Amino acid sequence: MTLTLIGRSVRLTRRNPDTLLMSILLPLMMMALYVYVFGGAINTGTAYINYVVPGTIVLCTGYGATSTSMAVADDMRKGMIDRLRSLPIRGFAVLTGHVAASVTRNALATAIVVVAAVAMGFRPSASVADWVLAMGLLLLYVLALSWLGAAAGVVAKSVESASVLSFFMLFLPYLSSAFVPTHTMPAFLRGVSEHQPITPVIETVRGLLTGTPIGSTGWVALVWASGLLLASFTLATWLYRRRTSD
Amino acid sequence: MIVEVEGLRKTYGSAVVLDGVDLKVAEGSVFGLLGPNGAGKTTTIRILSTLSRATSGEVRVGGFDVRREPAKVRGVISLTGQYAAVDDEQTGRENLVMVARLMRLARPAARRRADELLERFDLVDAADRRVKTYSGGMRRRLDLAMSLVAGPRVIFLDEPTSGLDPVSRTTMWDAIADLVRTGTTIFLTTQYLEEADRLADRIVLLSKGKVVADGTTDALKSQVGGDRLDLHFDDRSAVERAAACVGGHVFAERLVLGIASDGSAAHLHHVLDSLRQNDIAVLRVSSHRPTLDDVFIALTAGVAA
Repeated sequence: MTLTLIGRSVRLTRRNPDTLLMSILLPLMMMALYVYVFGGAINTGTAYINYVVPGTIVLCTGYGATSTSMAVADDMRKGMIDRLRSLPIRGFAVLTGHVAASVTRNALATAIVVVAAVAMGFRPSASVADWVLAMGLLLLYVLALSWLGAAAGVVAKSVESASVLSFFMLFLPYLSSAFVPTHTMPAFLRGVSEHQPITPVIETVRGLLTGTPIGSTGWVALVWASGLLLASFTLATWLYRRRTSD
Repeated sequence: MIVEVEGLRKTYGSAVVLDGVDLKVAEGSVFGLLGPNGAGKTTTIRILSTLSRATSGEVRVGGFDVRREPAKVRGVISLTGQYAAVDDEQTGRENLVMVARLMRLARPAARRRADELLERFDLVDAADRRVKTYSGGMRRRLDLAMSLVAGPRVIFLDEPTSGLDPVSRTTMWDAIADLVRTGTTIFLTTQYLEEADRLADRIVLLSKGKVVADGTTDALKSQVGGDRLDLHFDDRSAVERAAACVGGHVFAERLVLGIASDGSAAHLHHVLDSLRQNDIAVLRVSSHRPTLDDVFIALTAGVAA
């Protein structure tokens, strides 16, 4: 039953290639822009392409969450949710379907970013175990953001207002160590960027893939990602219950 | 009785949407819930189909209590809402197969069921086109087909033809009439007297959350009388004095007094005589067939011939 709804969400994504294309192409172009235009002027202590890959992957997850919230908002508004809720199934499964589709989209985006990065000179030093750990952490993070997107979609009054979430999702990575090391930022921004969840996730993935020191950041990232996942899943469940019980 | 509703109340804060509604629907019949916008029709359907909770009252559908056994109720009903709940980016066939799979049919059985329904609702040619290319009537037919995938015992149709052109409306009516022949119970809401008249065995009139009439279509029509007399006046005070004298409903902006009538010459005489005795001058008199407005005027104002 949930599989059917996942299949539906994936199919709806495939039928809407504009969104899919945007959510992969835009991060790719950002990566190229940073590598070939700004990267030369940014001193990261390593080849800039090696520095920027984790940030680009995380940028993609922001798009993933945004499309999740828009797809959920569309279902809530168009009456699809009423049809599903009047069937003898758990209506909540429609959210699970959209989140699973978001994970699938992100897996595809990540693969494309990595392949493109390798073509642009990215040389990861990671072992198989490092890759598995990095992908595991990213999966946790993607799940957390997608459930947050689903929660936003449940409460959004329209598909347009659901896309407001994209502002935060796409802006926050710039206030992290995604594109420039945080120590180059003014003190107040550094405070923000070092204590938001994206920085430890990026630092950990970067460490795993390119061998930069991780230290305790790995644990911080893990706690952030699982905490966010728990919070956003709870929030989505609660909002869905509230929205559907009148 | 496949649907039994007793003392149903629904309030949102201080707003009372349903104020003690009683309904009974016999299995295999077509039941029409008729009323203007805001009467509480959609709220009633949402409660009966487990989407919304009653504030108080007993509601049983298919023998199950909607509050205590919602999953069992969902197993015997289907809902076709006011806005076609179909996926625009999927084809008609994909929409149908999806619902069939959600109802736990195996893949081959789901495909067969989709084929049958496409055939039955005249959607075979459009089966593999995305729904966004469908006309309004085709969307509604697909929506109805999706409701029938699991062979429900009770089908709730919320304003099944609102917004459709006359041709699509007739096609939809035929599709609904076909369902009746298969023995399915149909619970529909509508604003159109004509639609209720054509489809329903029994009608309940809902106004401001209360049942104002309950009966067969014939019984209701005779209750309404048949025609409405419109008395035209040349000033506001004349309309109001006339209303005080013979009753009826004042359409202030048009300076018209509407009175339910049985259409007989005797009734017309009676009305005009009463007005003349009170020195109220009538400019013009016209009579017309009843509309839903008139049914409400007759039943809520309590004015009879």
